[in-house]
Amino acid sequence: MPFKKWRCVICDYVYDEELGAPNDGIEPGTRWADVPDSWSCPDCGASKADFDMVEID
Amino acid sequence: MTTASLAPEWHDSKRYLWPMGAVVIALPLLGWALYALSGWAISWWLAPIFVYGVIPLFDWLIGTDENNPPEARVPTLERERYYRWAVYLAVPIEYLSVVFGAWMFAHGTLAWHEIVGLTISVAMISGVSINTAHELGHKTDTFERWLAKIALGPVAYGHFFVEHNRGHHVRVATPEDPASSRFGENFYEFLPRSMIGSLRSAWALERKRLARQNRSVWSIHNENLQAWAITVVFFGALTVWLGWIVLPFLLVQAFYGATLLEVVNYLEHYGLKRQTRADGSYERCQPQHSWNSNHVVTNIFLYHLQRHSDHHANPTRSYQALRHFSEAPQLPSGYASMILLAYLPPLWFKIMDPKVVAHYRGDMRLANIKPSRHDAVIARYAAQRASGVV
Repeated sequence: MPFKKWRCVICDYVYDEELGAPNDGIEPGTRWADVPDSWSCPDCGASKADFDMVEID
Repeated sequence: MTTASLAPEWHDSKRYLWPMGAVVIALPLLGWALYALSGWAISWWLAPIFVYGVIPLFDWLIGTDENNPPEARVPTLERERYYRWAVYLAVPIEYLSVVFGAWMFAHGTLAWHEIVGLTISVAMISGVSINTAHELGHKTDTFERWLAKIALGPVAYGHFFVEHNRGHHVRVATPEDPASSRFGENFYEFLPRSMIGSLRSAWALERKRLARQNRSVWSIHNENLQAWAITVVFFGALTVWLGWIVLPFLLVQAFYGATLLEVVNYLEHYGLKRQTRADGSYERCQPQHSWNSNHVVTNIFLYHLQRHSDHHANPTRSYQALRHFSEAPQLPSGYASMILLAYLPPLWFKIMDPKVVAHYRGDMRLANIKPSRHDAVIARYAAQRASGVV
């Protein structure tokens, strides 16, 4: 399954499954579904529920 | 004891005071009523008297409130529509106040000092309405996001809607943020830097977003242009109705109103800086990156804006649920008092600089410092630190 990207609707930060979010302890390759619900946008702090899925560029 | 009595029992002590945020927007109208009843010319100055005088006085008299809602109560508290309506109410009142002000300016046959008071009064409520727009613009609800743009119409600051969420929230408390003030930077230096920087950033953000959608920046989908169009239509309609004479009134009140937002921006993050991580990115925005205040009176009029650390950590959290953090740096008084200090740079530096230095325990390498004074500030406090003064 190809990796997907998710964009924060508040500040435009992109979560790329391929890159993960190592600064928050989320390993590269972590699927969006496996990102904990308590995680929030590293740029603006919006909650996981505030993200929208975006198509791969 | 029954289990029911163990359920979180918490009442919002400010619940019935929140509509006061909308009442303050009616101050130009209330000033007119006071004038009609008393004949006092000073009535036209009601809004600046209230914002610069009455609120700071009552902040001092009434003091602070550190009460937080228990986490278990937050989901239901967030859903209560009452709190949203208390904010919506401020928008029609804003338009009534500005329309009234424009009519009175054109046809009120007021003395020059009454005209000045009226213009500043309308400017104050236009400026405070940016706070209304702020509360609305952080939501993902389409209606609230449009209402935010509408609230920014009279103050001609529609780009705030774009820049605040996607610019300021991302870069807050870093040297890259035009709206985060630096140690040693006075308000009059900060004002043009923030105004121009925010405008440029808002335009660039929309250009980038629209490019992703293969659209030109000059598209109807540009949220800056949408919000500015409201100003053009509103000012245009008042000009057609009342004549060219109202244009200087509208422009002056909009500018002064915007300076009110900027002076609040100035004090929210003064000198505070997020540190860089090994990979060059900034650490997350945390409670120690915003100045807070629990002064009750200003908190009511600004929808808990002074619980600023929680707002930056949880930007979609509604105002009624924002929390006090004991680890967050605290201002000596509410925002309304602190803006008076910000207008007087020597006093501001005298009171706030030691607070920044104390916050960083004298290690000013951690602070956000005005570039031209950067090395001198670090050297000065490093010497003091070495000799045990700080």
